[in-house]
Amino acid sequence: MVTHTQSARAGQRERAGEASGVAERSRPGLGQRLGGFLERSWRPFALLAALFVAWWGVTAAELVEPYLVPSPGDTFDAIAQRPEYFWEHTWTTTYETVLGFVIAIAVGVVAAVAMVQSSTLEKTLYPLLLFAQVIPKIAIAPLFVVWLGFGLGPKILVAVLMAFFPVVISMVTGLKSVDPEMLQLSSTMGAKSGQTFWKIRFPASLPHLFSGLKVAATMAVTGAVVGEFVGANAGLGFVILQANGNLDTPVLFAGLLIMSLLGVLLFVIVEWLEQLLLPWHASRRDEGASTTI
Amino acid sequence: MAGYAVEIDDVTVRFRSKKRDVTALTDVTMRVEPGEFVSIVGPSGCGKSTLLKLSSGLLPASTGDVRLFGEPVNGPRKDIGYVFQKAALLEWRSARKNILLQAEMRKMPAKEAAARADELIEMTGLSGFEDALPHELSGGMQQRVALCRALLHRPPVLLMDEPFGALDALTREQMNVELRRIWQETGTTVLLVTHSIAEAVYLSDQVVMISARPGTVAGVVDVNLPVERDYGPTMAEPEFAKATRHIRDHLGAAAAAE
Repeated sequence: MVTHTQSARAGQRERAGEASGVAERSRPGLGQRLGGFLERSWRPFALLAALFVAWWGVTAAELVEPYLVPSPGDTFDAIAQRPEYFWEHTWTTTYETVLGFVIAIAVGVVAAVAMVQSSTLEKTLYPLLLFAQVIPKIAIAPLFVVWLGFGLGPKILVAVLMAFFPVVISMVTGLKSVDPEMLQLSSTMGAKSGQTFWKIRFPASLPHLFSGLKVAATMAVTGAVVGEFVGANAGLGFVILQANGNLDTPVLFAGLLIMSLLGVLLFVIVEWLEQLLLPWHASRRDEGASTTI
Repeated sequence: MAGYAVEIDDVTVRFRSKKRDVTALTDVTMRVEPGEFVSIVGPSGCGKSTLLKLSSGLLPASTGDVRLFGEPVNGPRKDIGYVFQKAALLEWRSARKNILLQAEMRKMPAKEAAARADELIEMTGLSGFEDALPHELSGGMQQRVALCRALLHRPPVLLMDEPFGALDALTREQMNVELRRIWQETGTTVLLVTHSIAEAVYLSDQVVMISARPGTVAGVVDVNLPVERDYGPTMAEPEFAKATRHIRDHLGAAAAAE
């Protein structure tokens, strides 16, 4: 026994040695973090700036007629002249998008859980889901207007329809991706199925869910705008249609710009949430051996 | 009747797939005394792991009886601890919280569970790593966490399915020494599946040899080594050489090639 404990102590010493090789670094300060952010994100910003310069260059050199492609200045002017107008319609589209996105998440997650619980239900629902996905939304949107009128209803419905498919698919994949040995282990622990779900299956599915949410976020914006195209008196889709009718390309471009920003913003929020909720996941970890520090 | 910790009586296991029926185990009979350390060795695919799944009730026997402490096993048993080759840890939980998963699932009193977890963390040398996430731990450390989780509820039977198979040779030897010590300290019955004949002989009171598919008991070797086993000296014992040689001869080239 004596020698066994001795060798175990030796093992502990070794491990302590390992531990002493780890130096705690202090948390980076605000300046450092800002620097890190700039360092990570200057490339996309540079590309964006280059695109703006190209846009400006093309219009300044009058390579195309201004009524076809307005200059960046004209586009921003269009917004600056009527800020309330743009604010109001952006808000409408944001509202429809976010509501559609949230409903899509709720419906998608519940459907995925139900489908994973029962294979009969899965076989029954899957073709229907696929059907709902392949049917062109722009084609059924007019029907929704007939059914639900010109209000928010049809826009939210199209947004939900577009966003919820990636949610379901990613969540089903996530729930099925659990290590079968983990589930066997859980049953030897006498776990109830509810316990296994909340402590193992659900958290394990979140990384998959989030990759679906990122796709869904961009889809929701498209869905809301498609809904507005078909029949609306508010929203960015309505702004674009109206500007189109008046050949007012600066307003049209402004609408497009805001719409894209909306999609990017929603995407960034989802990504930020993912980082906050799943710091343990492999795709979210800092590069351990980063040499740039 | 209740004399044996694990009793497997004339058991056959058949798997039915779409294309064919596979007999994994046939006519297997083995008994494990309480507190004994028994290893199961045999070529790949001979059904060694199936034996553990049978004992835990994760898999039903096609024919024959399985009993734990005299009680027939039908359905997953709670009075066992299970360790797999993969540590199977939850990535989002720290080492300590992974160990305590056992307590949460069983709804053990929190204080008792915490005390037991501390004890096991100390025993397995995980001190200082309690708050590390699995990906921050080495393979050996992860397996220590899995072992603590399996021992948290003081199971009378510990089932280990090639627990050190994925570790490097040196870590594996170290884990062998530690497992032997932990077994002595806890007094639990251990059923270990392994590919390593040396590991089986060093750790066990008894080694059960399983033949290639369909698996059946090819022989049982009693290991007559002293209870106190220093790693190096034990390896050099004539009895150790005799036992490993006997097993190697018995299992033939199939096992030697592993």
